[in-house]
Amino acid sequence: MTERPRVHIDPDKCQGHARCKALAPELFELDEYGNAREAGDGLVPPGLEDKAWLAKSNCPEIAIDVIEE
Amino acid sequence: MSDVSQPAAHPPVTDWVNDFDHTDPQWTDDPFPIWEELRAASPVVHTERFLGCYMPTTYQAVREIANNTEHFSSRRIIVRDVRSEVARNAAPPITSDPPVHKPAKQLLLPPFTPDAMKKLEPRMRAICNELIDGFIADGKVDAAARYSKYIPVRAIAHMLGIPERDSDLFINWIHMILELGIKDETKLLEAVHEMSDYFRTHIEERRSRPTEDLISYLMNAKDKEGQPLEESHVLGSLRLLLIAGIDTTWSAIGSSLWHLARTPADRERLISEPELIPTAVEELLRAYSPVTMAREVVKETTISGCPVKAGNMVLLSFPAANRDPKMFPDADKVVIDRQENRHAAFGLGIHRCVGSNLARMEMQVALEEWLKRIPDFRLDPAGTVTWSQGTVRGPRQLPFLLGKAM
Repeated sequence: MTERPRVHIDPDKCQGHARCKALAPELFELDEYGNAREAGDGLVPPGLEDKAWLAKSNCPEIAIDVIEE
Repeated sequence: MSDVSQPAAHPPVTDWVNDFDHTDPQWTDDPFPIWEELRAASPVVHTERFLGCYMPTTYQAVREIANNTEHFSSRRIIVRDVRSEVARNAAPPITSDPPVHKPAKQLLLPPFTPDAMKKLEPRMRAICNELIDGFIADGKVDAAARYSKYIPVRAIAHMLGIPERDSDLFINWIHMILELGIKDETKLLEAVHEMSDYFRTHIEERRSRPTEDLISYLMNAKDKEGQPLEESHVLGSLRLLLIAGIDTTWSAIGSSLWHLARTPADRERLISEPELIPTAVEELLRAYSPVTMAREVVKETTISGCPVKAGNMVLLSFPAANRDPKMFPDADKVVIDRQENRHAAFGLGIHRCVGSNLARMEMQVALEEWLKRIPDFRLDPAGTVTWSQGTVRGPRQLPFLLGKAM
């Protein structure tokens, strides 16, 4: 079985641009200040891999990693 | 009536690299080739004007400065001819440095989350349609003066709980602070005082009759020790929300319509694929970023290898960063379906624009409602497009002919 990629947000880098939530609402959630964190355990469900990469490549603070192990 | 007077002139620029001036008419009309020239010369350029001022020209240099709050202070955020005393609580948190910045910013974030903006969206659609009703039958319109200008001012007035009918008053203050105030201290102070008096009256009214708007929200807010905010902090934040909420988004909507008026292929694509509008809005934000902030160098350092000296200001040009070809392929082209777009239109680092979710919603709604009702429009060759000067860039006169060309 192939490992699924996982998204991870560095909370020290996130400034609440919220691009990830707009582009991949299934993978990210926002706190009361509008700062982002990965939804659940961050595992990317099948079919959402492109959205994970899109979110990563649109984060102005380079706060998002897509980890493939 | 709005004060439409123009700021005083500086001597013309002959050497852009060593003597740049962001208020020069050539820069105001078409800054893009100038930025290319500056970027080719150095990642950081300097002018003796404005009592000494640097400008980073690359995305990398802009990022370095935005993330360096130790050497670059936000106590002054506009590059001006004079450097007056720093006022306490001028406009927190945009004028705040760490460590006081974070608690001041956290107070303002909850009312501006994407979810909060969704609740405001129906009101924005109604405002856009009311404005369109006012001119659609005329066959022509100044889209800056009669459309893009009134969308953000009415949105922020609605959120602050101040009358939307006072919009022209607010617009005049902003013009005096952000444009005329660069060269004329009296105009700036006059507007700041009038604005502060205006808010003091509203604060007083709410003591006996609390409301559910942002004025009452700030009056009820507590600092990290659990104490109410000082009145100067409440006033400063209210001034910030009004100043930052108006001509920034007015400019972004205006530039977007200007682009679409001149680019029928993009206009037609957005009409046939309205789901592309949010992506296109990001690209229009990148290509025509309205806001250039400033910092003051408080400690000597180097940026992208260039030494910078304390006491100078920095023109922190997010718009120039967004045109850096090292960061964005085809940086000088508007690619409305650009996928990878880490643009810096709302700033980078701790001072990320509090109102970015509001601005994005306003831009999307403003374009959607306009394109639904006015699919065909073009620049009126008999009119002139004019651009604002200084801190915020956008069209101030935008004459359009509406409908299909005869």
